Amino acid sequence: MATAQLVNLHRVAPEWHLSIVGILVMILDPFVSPRRKRWLGWLAFAGALAALLAVHRAYDSQGMAYDNLISTDVFSVFVHVVVILAAALSILGSIDYLEREGIQRGEYYALILFATAGMGILAGANELVTAFLGLEMSSISTYILVGFRRRSEPSNEASMKYFLLGSFATAFFLYGIAMVYGALGTTYIDKIQALLERPGGIPALAMLGLGLIFVGLGFKVLIAPFQVYGPDVYEGAPTPVTALLSSAPKVATFALMLRIFYVSFGMASDFWFWAVWISAVLTMFIGNLAALVQSNVKRMLAYSSIAHAGYILVAFAASTTLGIAAVLFYLAAYVLMKVGAFLIVTHLGQRGEARLDIRDYAGLGSREPVLAASFSLFLFSLLGLPATGGFLGKFLAFQSALDAHSAHGTAIIWLVVIAAINSVIGAYYYLRVIISMYFAQPSTDYTPSSVAPALGVAIFVAAIGTLYLGLLPAQVLEFARTAADSLPLH
Amino acid sequence: MSLAFLMFLACGVLAISGAIVLILAREPIHSALALIQVMIALAVLYVLLGAPFIAAVQVIVYAGAIMVLFVFVIMLLNAGSEERTDFSQIAKYVGVPLGVILIFWAAHWLWRSPAGRAIGTATAMPAASTRALSVELFRQYLFPFEATSILILIAILGALVLARKEP
Repeated sequence: MATAQLVNLHRVAPEWHLSIVGILVMILDPFVSPRRKRWLGWLAFAGALAALLAVHRAYDSQGMAYDNLISTDVFSVFVHVVVILAAALSILGSIDYLEREGIQRGEYYALILFATAGMGILAGANELVTAFLGLEMSSISTYILVGFRRRSEPSNEASMKYFLLGSFATAFFLYGIAMVYGALGTTYIDKIQALLERPGGIPALAMLGLGLIFVGLGFKVLIAPFQVYGPDVYEGAPTPVTALLSSAPKVATFALMLRIFYVSFGMASDFWFWAVWISAVLTMFIGNLAALVQSNVKRMLAYSSIAHAGYILVAFAASTTLGIAAVLFYLAAYVLMKVGAFLIVTHLGQRGEARLDIRDYAGLGSREPVLAASFSLFLFSLLGLPATGGFLGKFLAFQSALDAHSAHGTAIIWLVVIAAINSVIGAYYYLRVIISMYFAQPSTDYTPSSVAPALGVAIFVAAIGTLYLGLLPAQVLEFARTAADSLPLH
Repeated sequence: MSLAFLMFLACGVLAISGAIVLILAREPIHSALALIQVMIALAVLYVLLGAPFIAAVQVIVYAGAIMVLFVFVIMLLNAGSEERTDFSQIAKYVGVPLGVILIFWAAHWLWRSPAGRAIGTATAMPAASTRALSVELFRQYLFPFEATSILILIAILGALVLARKEP
């Protein structure tokens, strides 16, 4: 009994590490004088690093935890690493931002850690209601974080919008779970698969449930037609929170979607293929076309997040093991470049996030050469230029989709063609920022400020990671493949 | 047509009608009262399903404590009647019909599912004792139970962050 409990604890080690450090931050908060509150940020960062080490422990004792509620497999481990890395970078980027905005509080870091614990549950959940709890932990924390700049009206508005629509989405997800349970009598992700193979075909009620789950999770990963709230929320949120929001929850929710769609409903892939196909096309076009007309860089990056969710759906539609590996690799590359880009926006926004317009970036190349170079790197990676992680992610996504043409026919080839067209459209708005940085007349009202060390380290790590995934992808790719193989597909 | 089935029908109708009134009522206090009706009807349904403990919790926590909070908030905010906004055109001509179709479609398939076929034929399930419930909760579902406690902690934190006085 005792050893069984110990093994269980090992398998959810990242979650309890994150939760305990989160609680520790809260307990210490009242005892720390306002001037020293930044140390709570460092404590939270240490907690995230401890959780990364704990992932290793989980990796060493793989298997089902807590009566099949949590599945600790390589897939879950991969997602954990990406999610916790994103959270750690966001924490690093937050410490000086909160100081600058005068909202340095312990609760902020505790919420990030709790949200990350929730995303960890999403990554490993093998039971839908447990997954729902993880989703709620991650969502409710982020609703609060989005509204953390309480004196800023856009931040309040964003928080309110996110809360209302997010709760609505969660209700859809829960309703979908209820339908699946009503049709099949189980909520265990790996058991659904066997029940669907029974004679008599797939119950329509289960399909309806799957549709509702798609709507609910689609809201969370910002795919069309559920993306409407996204740009407002991303723009209104404190920028380090936007960095977190655009990366970690998306990764965790996509991981859950992979589990539900591939493991539970893998044999119904003909049914959900078209939903994913239509959504992918809409997401890419809406994201890219809307990004074209933005002059606010933060908002432009928000639309770019939507477009990238579309590219991920292209790999998702493949419904093969290679497709899973491609999604995972894409997510890893996407997290690094997106967090990096938003952290640079964090620094350049300056006090009160006043400088977000593309004109404010003019002439940055000569003033802040290092910063401008790293921002260009992230933008090139988002655009998908070779030698960056973004290129390889896109390449793998498109390749896995093309490989699946025997199963899905020409539809998936068209999907790749549309994705390629969209990549070209995307080039315009990414390059516009780069051109403004290097070739436009510098704006006169810019007062340079040095990059805080913590933020600098975070940007550096993201930049190195982006290059690493672009130049030496073999190890991570192998990891992604093993992760994909560890899912019990039918 | 057993007595239990009649009770089920009556409480189902009460719950749904309460929910409709809850949405349509203009006065917040009417909505709150309608919500109590929904909660109590649901509690009776839980009893019919053989879960007296959950039914009791439903009455005490939801119909009791949470509703008192609702009423207090309505009283303290002195909330007047709602202002009606015009339905958006899409919601009126696409959303409402789609919603109605969804409800009937779901009802149709629910009726044909194993659970649906069992309606009316099921004998009363053995009542889940509080003891059995706690064994389930603290053994098999220990992990979600702990996750829920963190979730509640997050909600408390949220209230703290959003309601605290700015320095």
